[in-house]
Amino acid sequence: MALLEVENLQTHFRTPSGINRAVDGVSFSVNAGETLAIVGESGCGKSVTAMSILRLIPEPPGKIAGSIRLNGRDLLNASAREMRAIRGNDISMIFQEPMTSLNPVLTIGRQLTETIRQHARLGAKAATDRAMEMLQLVGIPEPGRRLAEYRHQLSGGMRQRIMIAIALACDPKVLIADEPTTALDVTIQAQILDLMRDLKARTGAAVVLITHDLGVVAEVAERVMVMYAGRKVEEAGVGDLFRSARHPYTKGLLGAVPKLGASLAGADTRLVEIPGLVPSLKNRIAGCVFADRCASVTNVCRSVAPALELKAAGHLVACHHARREVAAA
Amino acid sequence: MFGFLLRRVLSTIPVMAIVALFVFSLLYIAPGDPAAVIAGDQASPADVERIRESLGLDRPFVVRFGEWGWQLLHGNLGTSMFTGLPVVELIRQRLEPTLSLMAVTLVFAIVAAVPMGVLAAWKVGSWLDRLLMAFCVFGFSIPVFVVGYLLAYVFALELDWLPVQGYTPIAKGLWPWLENLILPAIALGFVYIALIARITRATMLEVLSQDYVRTARAKGLGESTILFLHALKNAAVPIVTVIGIGVALLIGGAVVTESVFAIPGLGRLTIDAIVRRDYPLIQGIVLMFSFVYVLVNLVIDLSYMALDPRIRY
Ligand SMILES: Nc1ncnc2c1ncn2[C@@H]1O[C@H](COP(=O)(O)OP(=O)(O)O)[C@@H](O)[C@H]1O
Ligand SMILES: [Mg+2]
Repeated sequence: MALLEVENLQTHFRTPSGINRAVDGVSFSVNAGETLAIVGESGCGKSVTAMSILRLIPEPPGKIAGSIRLNGRDLLNASAREMRAIRGNDISMIFQEPMTSLNPVLTIGRQLTETIRQHARLGAKAATDRAMEMLQLVGIPEPGRRLAEYRHQLSGGMRQRIMIAIALACDPKVLIADEPTTALDVTIQAQILDLMRDLKARTGAAVVLITHDLGVVAEVAERVMVMYAGRKVEEAGVGDLFRSARHPYTKGLLGAVPKLGASLAGADTRLVEIPGLVPSLKNRIAGCVFADRCASVTNVCRSVAPALELKAAGHLVACHHARREVAAA
Repeated sequence: MFGFLLRRVLSTIPVMAIVALFVFSLLYIAPGDPAAVIAGDQASPADVERIRESLGLDRPFVVRFGEWGWQLLHGNLGTSMFTGLPVVELIRQRLEPTLSLMAVTLVFAIVAAVPMGVLAAWKVGSWLDRLLMAFCVFGFSIPVFVVGYLLAYVFALELDWLPVQGYTPIAKGLWPWLENLILPAIALGFVYIALIARITRATMLEVLSQDYVRTARAKGLGESTILFLHALKNAAVPIVTVIGIGVALLIGGAVVTESVFAIPGLGRLTIDAIVRRDYPLIQGIVLMFSFVYVLVNLVIDLSYMALDPRIRY
């Protein structure tokens, strides 16, 4: 049994113009000590997937269905009180927006110690000591001074470090990091990733890392899940995926599809632009969600949705032509 | 920060000076001969002449304003034309009931309205939200005296829970004092509650969609900590601003409320002064209320610094 198991997750939003199927039947699991990367273009449902795990989706307009199990325990059936005991304690999250994720009118110290005190039942003094220790751990100089400061006194990199310190303060079993470095500049990105790697090695937590950057994936992840329009289209070990991506969308992302005019050598580590737009999630799509943008589209793609199938050991792909393309390659 | 404090406190001086000039001019803005205006329809020419002399109308406006202002600085607001007593003394006698009524209303309104607004925003779109907002519309549209008479009828006359009218000084005990103020404070507070609750709801709605509220949830904090600390503290500046502006509503409403509940406060004094065209008294009362309003808003401005660490002048 994996530490975190997500099965047939469906997160839909009711909007004035119809139901937005932001996440539509996604399954995956993560083991302790493992890093799963989730990649995909913007708007494909990565953040919604992450926030569904902690049930941070506003309901209404959102609605989460399926099952999410932590150590076998179903989180979707947990009470509000049980969820509060899990959030920030068993499962922590770092958000995509480091600039605005801290409260502007509360001190950094308050925001760190309140998490610690919420879950660890420590006294004020012990919680402050722990907060100082966490700030040191994430490489913040003069932690004592920082505790008394506010959000506006800190740089973006500093803010994200504090978010990481808060997320890790209670030694979570699962850390969900939603594009933790996207908003930061490159040198800070490398530092933050190093930090996350060290921490994983130290605590053996499972990490779900959402990212845009395939370079980051190659560096820190063991397994990769590729999402498109609210669905999982491919999942494989990181080496396997980079060597032999089988879904046309993944190949597009990797810039490895000759028809799209990119070349294998000199491929940028950033996601490549794929022509066309992500389809609206508001209309149920009969066939493959990628059909409209796929270079190898055939009739069957437009009428039958491809199931996720095991195409090699540990390599799941949802594409009618996956086998054939591999054979042709 | 001390520099800002000093500057902000000093800035009330020109404001008060302009208010004083306006108050002094009140009499002269009215068309016609001020002395005749004060004397009224039934006055004899001798009366008018006497009033003209007491106003010193033969001297230039600036000189008269200067003299009046100089007396004002020495705490002398002149003499009531009707009673012949010093204006300061008349105001002092009536100050306690009015300030008590305003203070009790202020506290009661804040304690009721802020949680109402927070709850409405938290449960936005629910029946609770709709009920609370319907109450606010009601609060805005029903005049103070209607609410006042209704409350007095139900809770004082029919149920006999509270006194119908009157005022007991605070020196005679906290409960006797408060007992007399509960119904007037509710009546006077209606509009004020509606105002504060609405701004609280609107501001909280905006704040609750912010990223840091999501962070607070992700940390496993309880809903009340999230609402009343993480969110409300961010919503505080607009709410407190409206509370300050709303004091003007209280001042106007107090005059009506005092006559409904027969509270011997400044409201009654104001009405009497206006009816009798007792200009020195009117000027004194207007000045006093303006001073209270300026003072409240000074306190509010200073509170911003405590509420939001980003505000440093
Ligand atoms: N609160 C919400 N209400 C309605 N739609 C939402 C909400 N949050 C996210 N969505 C929709 O869900 C889809 C997926 O968004 P998201 O998960 O943020 O994408 P990304 O992969 O870039 O993280 C988008 O179409 C977005 O508009
Ligand atoms: Mg996202």
